[in-house]
Amino acid sequence: MGMEKVDKIINSDYDLGFEIDIEEETAPPGLTEDTIKFISAKKNEPEWMLELRLKAFHTWQKMEEPKWAKVTYPPIDYQAISYWAAPKKALESLDEVDPEILKAYEKLGIPLEEQKALAGVAVDAVLDSVSVKTTFVEELNKLGIIFCSISEAIRDYPELVKKYMFSVVPMTDNYFAALNSAVFSDGTFVYIPKGVKCPMELSTYFRINAQNTGQFERTLIIADEGSYVSYNEGCSAPSRDENQLHAAVVELIAHKDAHINYSTIQNWYPGDIEGNGGIYNFVTKRGLCEGENSKITWTQVETGSVITWKYPSCILKGDNSVGEFYSVAITRLAQQADTGTKMIHIGKNTKSLIISKGISAQKGQNSYRGLVKIHESAKGAKNFSECDSLLIGDNCGAHTFPYLESKCASAQVEHEATTSKISEEQLFYLRQRGIGEEDAVSMIVHGFCKDVLNKLPMEFAVEAKALLDLTLEGSVG
Amino acid sequence: MKIMEIKNLHAKIGEKEILKGIDLDMFEGKVHAIMGPNGAGKSTLSKTIVGHPDVEVTEGDIIYKGKSIINMEPEERALEGIFMSFQHPVEIPGVNNAYFLRTALNAKRKHQGLKPLNAAEFLKLLKAKIKELGMKEEMIHRSLNEGFSGGEKKLNEILQMEILEPDFVILDEIDSGLDIDALKKVSEAINNMRDGKRTFMIITHYRKILDYIEPDFVHVLKNGKVLKTGGIEIVDALEKEGYKIFGDA
Ligand SMILES: Nc1ncnc2c1ncn2[C@@H]1O[C@H](COP(=O)(O)OP(=O)(O)OP(=O)(O)O)[C@@H](O)[C@H]1O
Ligand SMILES: [Mg+2]
Repeated sequence: MGMEKVDKIINSDYDLGFEIDIEEETAPPGLTEDTIKFISAKKNEPEWMLELRLKAFHTWQKMEEPKWAKVTYPPIDYQAISYWAAPKKALESLDEVDPEILKAYEKLGIPLEEQKALAGVAVDAVLDSVSVKTTFVEELNKLGIIFCSISEAIRDYPELVKKYMFSVVPMTDNYFAALNSAVFSDGTFVYIPKGVKCPMELSTYFRINAQNTGQFERTLIIADEGSYVSYNEGCSAPSRDENQLHAAVVELIAHKDAHINYSTIQNWYPGDIEGNGGIYNFVTKRGLCEGENSKITWTQVETGSVITWKYPSCILKGDNSVGEFYSVAITRLAQQADTGTKMIHIGKNTKSLIISKGISAQKGQNSYRGLVKIHESAKGAKNFSECDSLLIGDNCGAHTFPYLESKCASAQVEHEATTSKISEEQLFYLRQRGIGEEDAVSMIVHGFCKDVLNKLPMEFAVEAKALLDLTLEGSVG
Repeated sequence: MKIMEIKNLHAKIGEKEILKGIDLDMFEGKVHAIMGPNGAGKSTLSKTIVGHPDVEVTEGDIIYKGKSIINMEPEERALEGIFMSFQHPVEIPGVNNAYFLRTALNAKRKHQGLKPLNAAEFLKLLKAKIKELGMKEEMIHRSLNEGFSGGEKKLNEILQMEILEPDFVILDEIDSGLDIDALKKVSEAINNMRDGKRTFMIITHYRKILDYIEPDFVHVLKNGKVLKTGGIEIVDALEKEGYKIFGDA
């Protein structure tokens, strides 16, 4: 009784781990200049983009895979991976979708239209959603907001792309960013003009055409002076990719008085209890608070992937700019997550806030790695960091690696860290009041993550809570 | 009518036998006070009744409403009407007190085939109870027991009892740590809930609460056994002589 049962509850199968048999046009495995030319040609890219890709590729060839993260995995054979899969052929209707998948979606409370999109049904054929999408895009257009795939942006807005792509995450930044720069398949582009407050949450839900993007996504969001945008990345989309490696890059630029909210829910396939299978998630996300009083907020809920290597960061360049990072990371099974943030203070009176909640169960290993760096110029800079870890069971681990580099005497930095266990006593207390064991675990976990979940946009928060439950729920009930 | 029969109950925590053959009958609608020296096994007996996973029953049985409960899950026992106020209520950070209470109440209502109370209905009920108990309203918006003072935790246990309206109530040292006014309020709350059907098992070290509540029975528990059962006169003897008059079991 007791903790063993909790363990069973947590040991639920990956409900969304399914395969759909659809024809694909896949490039042969391997990565050479020809592969990159092939990708660029497939996407009808202009010459300048191909040149940038090749430059990134040549840099990448000279780089070495980083080894400092607290994760272990067998070596990745980059020549055994296929770098291009053509968009999958759409299914005709929901009847063709595995009912198990639909059940999982229903549990998550995903609307029907979105279910179709996720399952790869041709949504364009459905009148409702077409009209939803059209009115949506029209409304954005009226405001001058650009919201399209990165491929479209490369074709239609080359000046913006040339100006901003690689400006926050240079192609030479790190091994995985360089790889992404060479082979990125698609992603999202957002531009919010001066003074415009984007009236709705932008999410992949509406980007139906670009749903079947590959594993090397690239996202670029620019908020011009005084603008605001909230972007929700990913949904509870299962991974349909055979490949194990995901290396995405996200760049955000906030100009003077602009505010970008970026939320992520990630639940890629986590592998099994022995660590077989699962996605390697190596992501570079960085935001530049370019102008005065600008603000970037990262919120993430990470429940998937067998290996996660991810540090959404803020460069606080503008005076009085603000960077925030709110994170919940769950590792169970044999998952390993090394995640955290970097806050680089350059401008005067810049502020950063870090709230990180790590939950480990079974054999999960959860590391918080955070850097707060305060340059000499950042007079009056302030940082507050809180890193809390929750352990469920005895075979998991939580680690915190906070780094601080301050060259500024007037800066104030505060760091708090706690590690706690879901105790037998807490569980028993709730059960004594008639609350079943699964609900009791979920209640304690939600309580632990509350500060972060509250930061997510409403609908997203509902989805995140459902996802936490689903992650922790047993296969029974 | 017997609502609970404890028969030759032996139980251990880890390797240590703590309950060494408890025989105790408790009756519907009555108040049973349990007294005994520190370490006698009073809290262990309560934990055994509510199914705490630390306790292992090695012999004997507990019959509640005519059925053996020793193999039931703790939440099933709770839903069947057994409630225990904890001697040391645990803190659960981030779990809103009101939300927790509503979840617990609705779990019980579901078990009884009743409709769940919505947030508004529940809040009305909760606010009335809080006022009666003289609790601060902000307590219900705080995290469950987190940062509560010792006395506030005890009041919060009583609040839960009032909301959940259990049939069999175990109060483990509910009076320890309460100030004079709070003790009065808690005693009143208990007396108000005595309806001729509900049974109370009140563990205490002090006479004060028993003067307010006037128990029907007083049992003395020592070294894992019930040594004496009687009325309030037992407390008089105890106050004069201490537990040694009941020997060493
Ligand atoms: N988890 C445990 N591990 C080991 N021994 C325990 C544990 N819990 C209780 N005990 C022991 O069991 C005995 C009875 O404890 P119990 O808490 O039931 O006493 P009590 O009568 O409630 O005492 P008090 O009046 O001090 O509350 C004590 O000797 C105690 O040390
Ligand atoms: Mg005790």
